[in-house]
Amino acid sequence: MGRKILFITTDQQRYDTLGCNGGALSRTPVIDQVAATGVRYERAHPQSVVCMPSRSTIITGQYPSTHGVWMNGVPLPEDAPSVAAVLHEAGYRTAIIGKPHFEPFLDVFGRFPENGFARNNNFGPHRGFEHFESATHSGAGQLHYARWLQANHPEAIGMFYPVLDGSLEVNALGGGETGAPQVWDSAIPRDWYHTDWVADRTISWLDSLDVQDDWFCWMSFPDPHHPWDPPQSEVGRVDWRDVPLPDGYITDQAQREAVLDAKPRHWRAWYDGRVVSNYEAPLDWVPATLTPDQIREVNARNAVEVELIDEALGRVLAAIAARGWTDDVDIVFTTDHGELQGDFGLLFKGPYHVDGLMRLPLIWRPAPSSGTTPAAVTRPVGLVDLAPTFCIIAGLPVPSWMEGKPLPIDDADASTRGFERVLTEWDSELFGIGVHLRTITRDGWVCSTYQPGSAHDGTEGELYHLTEDPLQHVNLWGDPAHAATRSDLVADLWDHQPAMRSPLPRVEAPV
Amino acid sequence: MYGTIRHEIRINRSAADVWTLAGDPTRLHEFFPGIASCQVEGSTRVIVMESGMPMPEEILVCDNTQRRFQYRITVPMFKHHRGTIDVIDLHDDTCLVVYSTEADPRTMALVIGGGTAGALDELKRLMELDTTNDTTNDTTNEGTH
Repeated sequence: MGRKILFITTDQQRYDTLGCNGGALSRTPVIDQVAATGVRYERAHPQSVVCMPSRSTIITGQYPSTHGVWMNGVPLPEDAPSVAAVLHEAGYRTAIIGKPHFEPFLDVFGRFPENGFARNNNFGPHRGFEHFESATHSGAGQLHYARWLQANHPEAIGMFYPVLDGSLEVNALGGGETGAPQVWDSAIPRDWYHTDWVADRTISWLDSLDVQDDWFCWMSFPDPHHPWDPPQSEVGRVDWRDVPLPDGYITDQAQREAVLDAKPRHWRAWYDGRVVSNYEAPLDWVPATLTPDQIREVNARNAVEVELIDEALGRVLAAIAARGWTDDVDIVFTTDHGELQGDFGLLFKGPYHVDGLMRLPLIWRPAPSSGTTPAAVTRPVGLVDLAPTFCIIAGLPVPSWMEGKPLPIDDADASTRGFERVLTEWDSELFGIGVHLRTITRDGWVCSTYQPGSAHDGTEGELYHLTEDPLQHVNLWGDPAHAATRSDLVADLWDHQPAMRSPLPRVEAPV
Repeated sequence: MYGTIRHEIRINRSAADVWTLAGDPTRLHEFFPGIASCQVEGSTRVIVMESGMPMPEEILVCDNTQRRFQYRITVPMFKHHRGTIDVIDLHDDTCLVVYSTEADPRTMALVIGGGTAGALDELKRLMELDTTNDTTNDTTNEGTH
């Protein structure tokens, strides 16, 4: 009997939303306790700041350039390598419960297996997971959670926020008390909500295992990704009127717009509503109209969703303890990417490589039986390092196709094993708008270089010092005093950036 | 908002041969992924998805000389749709097949466009499978004229 792995992901969660990372808005005692007894990473970055590429990196241990899911809507090939398959072949029982999103959700022709399982009352296997039970942010659709609602609580389906509008764009409709986009009052009872459903189904699957089994369970919560529509019964946990504005929000409009103007032009163009470069933000919403109260309400709803996840995790950990597994279970908690959540007067996500989207919560509590000492790691790591970590937890060699390294257990380990940099990619081509950037985070700097696209000529970039400018307000890319630093970082980036797969896989859907 | 998507593929088979399949409105389901059947009556075609959902269309052009087929989906959620299949003779016993989609809302152009790309892949596979085996007059056709 070996170590078991409970892998928890959330969707679109910021680093600073956890108490253990300094967050004060949501109460997260369960994950804080996990962090206190494990390794907490202070500079963990995704390799893409949108769902499908990032989740494909998690499962393959490869950069988007290598696995080929270069933007949302590009399906991960069915025969792509999978750490779940590696573990399953080694005898692990494997499951993913919750949001997968390795294949597009918008699938009118029913071409993608992920969307067909529930329709056919199947639960896998798929991508190395012997059990595949899926959910997303809505009660409508083709996934298992939606089917469960349709069968058991059909009246709940209409209680969710309509994620897409009548034109199938991400909805700009506002709600709550401030009219903030994607905020919604939902009458759904808490125990019908997808967060508790994911925990319930995880507990059910774990209960189906033999106590001697080794297992890898990816519990994938759809929240706190927008829409911000937690059960209304829970909204009173955080009164939006009491929520402070985030540090990243610049209150003075002129100052805010000056900061945006110093960044590559798509930042200000989006803020003004002139260009929406990517599908993940509402087409009909102009960020410049975002009010401080709307930011407060978004952050309040987000905090409620984070608390519900924490409590759901607590129930799963209790179930694990009841089986007598706790000492042999590794717990890994992270998310696929962040959320702007008011920084710079913006919401949602896009080609904006700043901490709001890139700095992620990442916690690894090795099995207590391993005797690992709790630590905080300040060196940069990436989600690309997760798959190799799962391999070494299971006592397996890291396959050569994985591009990351097993996560360090402290800074000394990180230093010894060369954790110096982390890379993040963005590519998007949608209805004539193309944006391409590559980012390196190293030595306390974050540096992004833009390639030619519809909004950029390839000379633009961003350079921030993370200690002196933790909110990334001062773009030093064009500052001659930092030209050598910029040059060094860009050279190092291209020395380590994998080449883009060719031919480029097709975009099959918007998301 | 209006969106357009275009996919193309070169097929190692004559334009005339490819047109017999690509230009036959009753045979779309033979190469379009996720479509179970199609029925044609006059200028109306109804395709039925693998899920059982029907989708009515109007045939706009079926030009055997230019080898161009055009149709539009007529369900109300589309403010506009036009699908175009062009089979272009490259005069070397190969042809270029171009499948274009225009739609409002634009998101549907992308969603349908993903399907059209898969359709071109399957069309190529079928036509190049065995050029000695005549697939140009498939008797398994489920469509009705």
